[in-house]
Amino acid sequence: METLKQGEIKVVQDSQTSVTTVSASQTTATAVRGLETKNVHAWFGKHHVLSDVSLQFPERTVTGLIGPSGCGKSTFIRLLNRMHEFIPSAAMAGQVLQDGQDIYAPDVDAAAIRLKIGMVFQKPNPFPAMNIRENVLSGIKLAHLQVADHDAIVESCLTRAGLWKEVKDRLTATGGSLSGGQQQRLCIARSLAVEPSVLLMDEPCSALDPGSTLRIEETIKELAEKIAVVIVTHNMQQAARVSDFCAFFLTDGGPGYLVEADATKKLFTNPSDTRTADYVQGKFG
Amino acid sequence: MSTVVVEPQSQPLAPQPTTPWKPTRKTQFAGAFSIAVVAIAAFAIVLLTGLAGIDGFGLTFLVVFLGATFVRTKRLNPKVRKDAMVGVAICAAAVLAFFPWMSIFVSVVVKGAKGLQPNFFIENMQLTTPDDELNMGGAAHAIVGSIMMVAIAAVITLPLGILSGVYLTEIRGRLTFLVRFVVQSMSGVPSIVAGLFIYTTFVNYTNSFSGLAGSLALAVLMLPTVARTAEEVMKLVPDDLRSASYALGARQWRTSLMVILPTVRSGLTTAGILGIARVIGETAPLLLTSLSNNSYVFNPMGGPIGSLPTYVFGLLQIGTENSINRAWTGSLVLMLLVLVLFLTARYFGGKDNR
Repeated sequence: METLKQGEIKVVQDSQTSVTTVSASQTTATAVRGLETKNVHAWFGKHHVLSDVSLQFPERTVTGLIGPSGCGKSTFIRLLNRMHEFIPSAAMAGQVLQDGQDIYAPDVDAAAIRLKIGMVFQKPNPFPAMNIRENVLSGIKLAHLQVADHDAIVESCLTRAGLWKEVKDRLTATGGSLSGGQQQRLCIARSLAVEPSVLLMDEPCSALDPGSTLRIEETIKELAEKIAVVIVTHNMQQAARVSDFCAFFLTDGGPGYLVEADATKKLFTNPSDTRTADYVQGKFG
Repeated sequence: MSTVVVEPQSQPLAPQPTTPWKPTRKTQFAGAFSIAVVAIAAFAIVLLTGLAGIDGFGLTFLVVFLGATFVRTKRLNPKVRKDAMVGVAICAAAVLAFFPWMSIFVSVVVKGAKGLQPNFFIENMQLTTPDDELNMGGAAHAIVGSIMMVAIAAVITLPLGILSGVYLTEIRGRLTFLVRFVVQSMSGVPSIVAGLFIYTTFVNYTNSFSGLAGSLALAVLMLPTVARTAEEVMKLVPDDLRSASYALGARQWRTSLMVILPTVRSGLTTAGILGIARVIGETAPLLLTSLSNNSYVFNPMGGPIGSLPTYVFGLLQIGTENSINRAWTGSLVLMLLVLVLFLTARYFGGKDNR
C-alpha cells in the first residue's frame, strides 16, 4: 500500500512539473511509446550540470535539442542511452523511461538498452580495422545477434543512410577511405543495422559540408517514419528543417535547464519565453 | 587610328609535372662533388700528417667539411650559414651514433660468414669436436632448441601480456595500479635472477634441467616487455571507438576483442617481436635452466637442451680458432633468426589500417 501511495505522490509531482513537459502526443495515462525523461538531473563529481529535465520523445518524431554550448545538451542525450555512466565521476537523478520501462532500474542490462537506443556521434568514428561492409554489420557481430541475410542488411542500411550508391562497388574498402560525410553516413548505417527503436544524434552534421548535411537530414526524416530521433544541433536552420519538436536548453552559469519545449513551428515563430525568442532569432548564443 | 593586329596565339604548352621542392640533379651532383673533394682533402691530410687510421680520417673529414662549409657560405645570409654548419654537425653526430652499431653488425657478419655453410644448419655437434674443420658439424640442434624455447615462452607470454594490456587500458579494475607496478618492476629484473628463480622452483622441483625450464625463465623476462608494449599501443586507440562500440550495444569484452584488439593488431605484433628479440639472445638464465647439449632434443622435458646463446658461450670458452669461428657464426645466425622472425611477423601482422 505504501509503495502504491509513493507512486501516487510521484504522479502528482509529475503533473506539477508537467509545465515543462512536451505535450507532443496526447498526454494519456498510458506510457508513452518511445522515450520519456522525468525530472532528470546530472552531475560530474559535485558539479551539477543538468537540472530537472522532463521531456517526451514519442515514436515517429524528430526532436531537436538546441541551446548554447555548455548547457548540458550532450550530457542529456548521453543520459538517454546510458553512455553517461562511462565518465567515472558521473551521477544522475530522475527517470528515463523507454516504452514505460525505467532504463536505470537495477535489473536492467545497459548493453541491451544501448542496442535499442542507438547513438551517432559528433565525430565520424568508423572502426578502422573493419571494411565498409563489416562496419555496417559490426553492431550485429558485437551484440551477438542472429541474422539470416547479411547482404540484405548491408544494402538496406546503406541505402537508408544514403550511402549505398556511392559505396556499393567498394564494400571491402576500409571505412577510413571515405570522406568525412560518407564516414558519418556509414556510422548512421551502422547504427541502423541493429534496428534501434530510438536514434540519438549528437551534432551529427557539425563536421560536414552542406551537401552531406542535406543527405543526413533526408535520412533523419526517413528514419522518423519508423522510430524516434533525438538530435542535438547548434544549427537553428537545421533544427527548423528536420525536427517536429524542439527543446531549448540554457544555463545561467549553474546547471543547465530546460527553458521551453514545444512543436518546432511554435518554438520558432511564437515561443512562450523571451529567451527562446532571442536565441532562435540569433540575438545571443 | 591604328589597327590592332591580333597575333595568333601560340599553342600553350601542356604543363609538365615538376617537383620544384626537391633538389635538382645539378645541386645533388654539386653536393656529392663537394663531399668527394672534402674526402680527398681529408685523405691527403691524413697521409701527410700521419694521423691514425679511420678515426683520424673521420676527425679530419669533419674538420675539413666544417671549414669548407664555413668558407662556402661566407657571402650568404648568417642564418643560412648557421643552418649549413649545424646541418654538418648533426650529420656527423648521426654517423657517430650509427658507427658502433654498424661496427658490431659488420664484424658479426664478416667473422660469422666463414662458418656459414650448409652443414651449419643441418648438422649438430654430437660427433664433431669444436676443433674440427668448419665444414663439419653445425648448430642445427641449437637453432631447434632456441626456436622451441622461444616459441613456448611466446605461447605463454603473448596471451598473458595482451590480457594484462587489456586489463590496464580497457578494464581498468581496482588492481590497475598494482599490475602496472609489478609489470614495471619485472622489466627491471636482471636476467640471471629470472634464471635463478626458475632454477630454485622448477628445476629443483623436476630435478632436471629442461627446455621447459628455459622457456619459463625466458617467459619471465618476456612478459613485462610484451605487457608494456601492448598497454602502450592500446592506449593510443581513441575513446571514440570504444564509445561507438558501446553505443551499438556491445559488452566490454566484445568491444576489447572485436574492436580494440583488431585495431592494434600491428602494434601487438610489434609487442611480440620486441619480447622475442628481448629474450632470444639471453644466455645467463638458460645456463641455470636449460643448460646446453650437443645433440638434438625435441622434448621440452627431455633434459638439458641446446640453444644458440649457450652454443656460442660454450664454444667461446674453448677458445680455439675453429671454435671461435663457430661461435661467430652462431651469433650471426641468432641475428638472422630475429630478422626472419621480424619480417614474418610484419608480413602476417599487417600494416596499420589507419
